[in-house]
Amino acid sequence: MRMDVSDEDLALAAAGGDATAFELLLARVYDRLFGLCFRLTGAKVEAEDLTQDICLALPGKLAGYRGDAKVTTWLYRVAVNAATDRRRRAASYSRAADGWADWEADRQKTVAETAEGVDWLYRAMAGLSPSLRDTLALVLDDVTQAQAAEILGVSEGTIAWRVSEAKRMLREMKTREEAQ
Amino acid sequence: MTSDDMDLNDLKRAMEAATPAPDAARKAETLARSQEIFASAQGSLQATRQSSDPSPKKGFFRGAFDMLLTRTTGALTATTALVAVGFLFLSPQGQDLLRGPQSLVDPGVSEVDFEELVPESGSVPAAQADTVPDRREQETDVVATDGDIAPEAPSPAPVQQPRAMTGAPNDVQQPALPGVLSPEIGSAFDTIGALALEEAAGGTITQFGNGNAAVIQQEGRIATGLFNDAAPAPQPANTEEFANADDNPVQVVAENPVSTFSSDVDTAAYSLLRSSLNRGQLPNPDAIRIEEMMNYFPYDLPAPDAGDVSPFRPTVEVFQTPWNPDTQLVHIGIQGELPAIEDRPPLNLVFLIDTSGSMNDPAKLPLLIQSFRLMLDRLNPEDQVAIVTYAGNAGVALEPTSASDTATISAALTALQAGGSTNGVGGLQAAYDLAAEMTDDGEVSRVLLATDGDFNVGISDPTALEDYISEQRETGIYLSVLGFGRGNLQDDTMQALAQNGNGTAAYIDTLHEAQRVLVDQLAGALFPIADDLKIQVEFNPEVIAEYRLIGYETRGLAREDFANDAVDAGELGAGHSVTAIYEVTPVGSPATLVAPLRYAADDGAETEFGDELGFISLRWKEPGEDESTLVDFAIPTAPVDPGSEAQFAAAIAGFGQLLRGNEFLGDWGYDEAIALANANRGEDEFGYRQEAVQLMRLAQSLSR
Repeated sequence: MRMDVSDEDLALAAAGGDATAFELLLARVYDRLFGLCFRLTGAKVEAEDLTQDICLALPGKLAGYRGDAKVTTWLYRVAVNAATDRRRRAASYSRAADGWADWEADRQKTVAETAEGVDWLYRAMAGLSPSLRDTLALVLDDVTQAQAAEILGVSEGTIAWRVSEAKRMLREMKTREEAQ
Repeated sequence: MTSDDMDLNDLKRAMEAATPAPDAARKAETLARSQEIFASAQGSLQATRQSSDPSPKKGFFRGAFDMLLTRTTGALTATTALVAVGFLFLSPQGQDLLRGPQSLVDPGVSEVDFEELVPESGSVPAAQADTVPDRREQETDVVATDGDIAPEAPSPAPVQQPRAMTGAPNDVQQPALPGVLSPEIGSAFDTIGALALEEAAGGTITQFGNGNAAVIQQEGRIATGLFNDAAPAPQPANTEEFANADDNPVQVVAENPVSTFSSDVDTAAYSLLRSSLNRGQLPNPDAIRIEEMMNYFPYDLPAPDAGDVSPFRPTVEVFQTPWNPDTQLVHIGIQGELPAIEDRPPLNLVFLIDTSGSMNDPAKLPLLIQSFRLMLDRLNPEDQVAIVTYAGNAGVALEPTSASDTATISAALTALQAGGSTNGVGGLQAAYDLAAEMTDDGEVSRVLLATDGDFNVGISDPTALEDYISEQRETGIYLSVLGFGRGNLQDDTMQALAQNGNGTAAYIDTLHEAQRVLVDQLAGALFPIADDLKIQVEFNPEVIAEYRLIGYETRGLAREDFANDAVDAGELGAGHSVTAIYEVTPVGSPATLVAPLRYAADDGAETEFGDELGFISLRWKEPGEDESTLVDFAIPTAPVDPGSEAQFAAAIAGFGQLLRGNEFLGDWGYDEAIALANANRGEDEFGYRQEAVQLMRLAQSLSR
């Protein structure tokens, strides 16, 4: 009945308290959101959890949606922030507990262990810094560089630099692996 | 990923192919739960509402919590239990704790109905008691409502007992949490359940209210850790962090005539960009700090003489902007005096050396040791040297030793080995203590911190380190931060430490750079001549319409902080110079970006300041003093023919803006920057300017 309504109108209606609009909007964006979460985390279980975290927080967050950005842009910003929070929680916990060097050694070990079963690209992306990985995850999701800049709150020049940097590092990793 | 070509489209296709479909059951459940939360947040379970209704702009937590409170006013004495219940249900962690892993719980059972929940929790305070077992009873009480079963006479079952998973109401009637869980995860869940109950009995109120973040983070970690052991989140390999801010905006003189900033004699950003370019990559735009690039170079500016009240001589030149015919640059150069090096007071140096495992790299510890050796030759016999290492536990590797005893110092340096983790705070404390011990009257003490990365292990509060250093600043001991190696360099931490600790930050990538930082500038880097040097410029709105400060984004000060001696600013070392450049747009210039205000019309009255572009004020403290001194003078409007020093600084400012992707340059590009820098190389005794031109060429070819 409302399939011709834009995401933005749905979000505004939902922000105003329309439960049907909220339901429709969630159903529309869930798969894309999950896809992005998967690119951000690189693991299905993590992605399911992150998507759920975001969806459950959405009713509260929607109140802050003013219709000045595209819903996907706004939602992706929420997702990237949630992913960052999640990483930070995990990192600060293990850092506080173990000390940085042990944490790093642990990380290297788990990376090595999971390497077998996981697709090359995800391993490679796991080797990138969070900012590079987030940028790449967005750009691989058909988000333009301008939108990615808006989502991540940096300049377009920074996005362009990050993309080329990520490509360069992926290429290096690949060369290194092929040499082995 | 078989082709060598790392095309973005290939990546995209590979990514699409690899992205799994979301779990359908999980999706349905998440959607349902989210909608429920939405409905509760609206304060009604009714499906539709007119979208034109004004919505109560209450967050979900707040709304549900209010409900909980208003409906249970009769039993408000039981605040502890109430908040415990609130925590378990309202926070995401709490919900996880009650539900367990989502995919293993029958969705029919795990539906939380907030409307139902509220009356039930209202009954909780009736069972109020102070002992832990009774609180468990309360928890189980609420859990039972999960399955829509009234909690009649719940008997706390042993929490550790795993039970088979079924969704049947009969089983749900068993109030113990594991009743709805499968045996595989039963024991894991028991741990969480027990933990939750303990927390509920203990300090949950503080956690839920204005809580202790560390504890909450740990809980979050425990929950995700147990459920997702098979899938650890990918972690970064390259963890460099850079300190920077957005470009300083164009300011309208009529609205904001005063610009205030702290001096900066750090040079780390330039060495970092050189290291990036030499590795064949453009530097991260966030890593470019233009003021540090300009201040990297020695300039041949007039030095102060006997007639100067200040230990430095400011020079201001106004000239045509290379990249914009309609604007002018105001070049401010501040040259510090260079006392005769023989006359300098005895120096106490404490080398604080990071010997953590990651320093085991030719570009790190070995380069560091070589660098310090270079410096030892230049010290006087009265000077003293000590070495503190930090890796796990901080230790004194060399007790204070006279600089003439080179054999002992050299042996201590050679014995340094990398290994273990990093404990920066312990090391800093040991180093500052040692430096304080070594200081006699009239001597200058400095801690030289050499590290490759972060060193915040062991402190829960990341600002504690900065606070500690700020305190130590009061003791008069200076701090220099030297960065080594790439990959984990915490540039922002280095900056923060140096700025808080009356010191400088430098990045050392080659022995040549070590020579420059530690030897050529030994006097300057180690002997401050002016503390807390602040610069304030007031522009004349009759002459200048707009201005912007190029660089110094991280060094801005509030206007009122200029005269506040409690506010810290940069130090000026002996023989050092500080360069700052403003781009200004004269009134009436076609380059004006902001249209004038209609109602702030000029009354056309001429005042006596028509020949002044602005007024510059400088404040500084004599080293060790608490009160600042002021020197000020007017900047004449008349443009001058700039000397090569100001022109070269302008070329570097342009280079920095090109690297930052700054939009003010128009068509002006690397060719123009190279030509300008080349034409103004001056004497260039050490070849720094020649190197800068090479780096510009490198950046030009990399950015094509």
